[in-house]
Amino acid sequence: MLSGWGRIPQPGHEVRSEDLVALTRDAVLSRGLGRSYGDLSLPPPSQPQAANTTLAERILSFDEGTGRLRAEAGLSVFTLNRLFRPRGFVVPVSPGTQFVTLGGMVAADVHGASHHVDGCFGAHVAGLRMRVADGRILECGPEQESELFWATVGGMGLTGHILEVEFRMRTISSPWLQVEKQHMPDIDAFMEGLKASAKEWPQTKGWIDCLKRGRHLGRGVLMRARWASAGEAPVQAPPARPRPTVPFELPFSLVTPLTVRAFNSLCYHFPWRAASTDHPDSFFYPLDVVENWNRLYGPRGFTQYQCVLPAAAGTGAARRFLELLTRRGGASMLCVIKDCGPEGKGLLSFPKEGISIALDIPVTNDTQGLVDALNEAVIAEGGRVYLAKDAFTRAEHFRAMEPRLPAWTAVRRRWDPEGRIRSAQSVRLFGDTP
Amino acid sequence: MKVAFLGATKGMGRALARLMSQRGDHLFLLGRDADDLQRSARDLEVRGRAPVSSAPCDLEKPESFAPALDAAETALGGLDAVVVTAGLFATQDQLEADPALTHRLLLVDFTNTVAFCEEARRRLLARGGGTLCVFSSVAGERGRRPVVLYGAAKAGLTRYLEGLDHRFRAAGLRTVCVKPGFVRTSMTDGLKAPPFAGEPEDVARRVLAAIDAGTPVVYAPGAWASVMFVIRLLPRFVMRRVRF
Repeated sequence: MLSGWGRIPQPGHEVRSEDLVALTRDAVLSRGLGRSYGDLSLPPPSQPQAANTTLAERILSFDEGTGRLRAEAGLSVFTLNRLFRPRGFVVPVSPGTQFVTLGGMVAADVHGASHHVDGCFGAHVAGLRMRVADGRILECGPEQESELFWATVGGMGLTGHILEVEFRMRTISSPWLQVEKQHMPDIDAFMEGLKASAKEWPQTKGWIDCLKRGRHLGRGVLMRARWASAGEAPVQAPPARPRPTVPFELPFSLVTPLTVRAFNSLCYHFPWRAASTDHPDSFFYPLDVVENWNRLYGPRGFTQYQCVLPAAAGTGAARRFLELLTRRGGASMLCVIKDCGPEGKGLLSFPKEGISIALDIPVTNDTQGLVDALNEAVIAEGGRVYLAKDAFTRAEHFRAMEPRLPAWTAVRRRWDPEGRIRSAQSVRLFGDTP
Repeated sequence: MKVAFLGATKGMGRALARLMSQRGDHLFLLGRDADDLQRSARDLEVRGRAPVSSAPCDLEKPESFAPALDAAETALGGLDAVVVTAGLFATQDQLEADPALTHRLLLVDFTNTVAFCEEARRRLLARGGGTLCVFSSVAGERGRRPVVLYGAAKAGLTRYLEGLDHRFRAAGLRTVCVKPGFVRTSMTDGLKAPPFAGEPEDVARRVLAAIDAGTPVVYAPGAWASVMFVIRLLPRFVMRRVRF
């Protein structure tokens, strides 16, 4: 059995090798560290074998002058941080976990707290080496086979196997972060706070207590950060942090309305320091602190629902969404809000200008109904969901929220007429052969 | 330390080579596939910030051993250590079904590895000594059902390294025989992992400490030292029944 980070199992297994060229020869899907939540990285039922890329993790070149780095697709952000932060370089865009591979970052075209200034990871990629469906190995990038490239950036691994990734690392003034945290009493204040912070802060995000209704609807903590200057930063490097682990799957879910209420209250009333110089990992990857934290959700697992509500829908959109959510009682411990900058060039890339809301939902008998209801609200606002998190969206809902789907499908079909490269998710959403 | 390394492109060898280059050792890579060697050399260069070169060397071609070690010695301007992590692996079922593969595995893992070590040993002794670190296996500790042939080759290799240690330690040759237990690498991909399965990075840290200390025998991960201690004590009538 295999599962995504949400631990909803499906039949399947993976094979590993340092030799990605050999490994992908007959594979229908590549898979990295398995941090996508749903069925994106799971093979289709009739071809239950996925090529695991995580042993193919060599750095092939690095130019200190330009920051250009080329590596095999299985290299993780964790390793890049460990090697390059002390030298003054970081990945240009970092998602909410550092246990992601470069291949996965391209496939999901990941974004981070800096989306309003940096866009997605794909915007910083200079080239890819790929194995396409007919078996050929080729290079693509913004200037070379650009159609294939932009279909692959955010293309969920469905246009071919990503073998190598070349991108630009970013220089930093120090390996520490200057972080500010502010309490936001309600959702309107939150929207204002995000908007105001975006002008001066490269990294902004917020945590929302999404159980609160009425006048406290959408209360939470806004966090904003920038890399500390050499003068502000401590002399020593940020230490490697211990990672306690959840050693086994709990027999029941610890995430219940009661525990979430207690956790949220604690989080909101915790005396956060208004301004501090912080370890970058605690800002970028707060959940990485505990290994296998997904086991807390018990045997049924969980899903993450992440959508973007477009700026065009107005500032009321987030309020309407949260009202629906609290009415439905979608208890979520983790509810993260971010503002997104303009849509990138990836044909199926998730973010667009507006507000992104992400919530973790324990799987219950009601989850499908909850996701359906949220999706209908998102369609009405002109928004869309993030496939890297998704496990429950219906094909017709995705079609309704994604007018770019036919254009992406056309490119995918040009490179893979028989639909050989596919996943459990593409079977569910795009009607691929099971 | 100036190190000639046979097998640094994969698994435990890759992890050990990275530790060595990150702390400033000078590496020269030996292996079968020139392109693969190049890629590993670039990886080690970026991590260790020092140039790494390579030369072809194939455990199936004994005639390649001397030129490869010569190239290493010339490029490094000396030689302090030779590390061998390369080898062939196949399951007992695969080997029983394929006599040609059995012959190949015995030849590579015993005869040719010993021949390579002899070339390395001569060069190190000529320089007044050095370290010869070779990856054998816990499979060579006892005759066991799932590793009859592979275990036999590794048992031979282990004995050879033990003898080498006794004969040449006084002359300055420090032999380090590494006996990995089950480690999660591409070699063991698809096999069911037993308890105490380890990661290549943990093995690498332990082996590097053993190289620095000149420890003649090292089990990795460490728990396997106790496991194999018990297995060595089991009487034959018990061993005949156990399935591992």
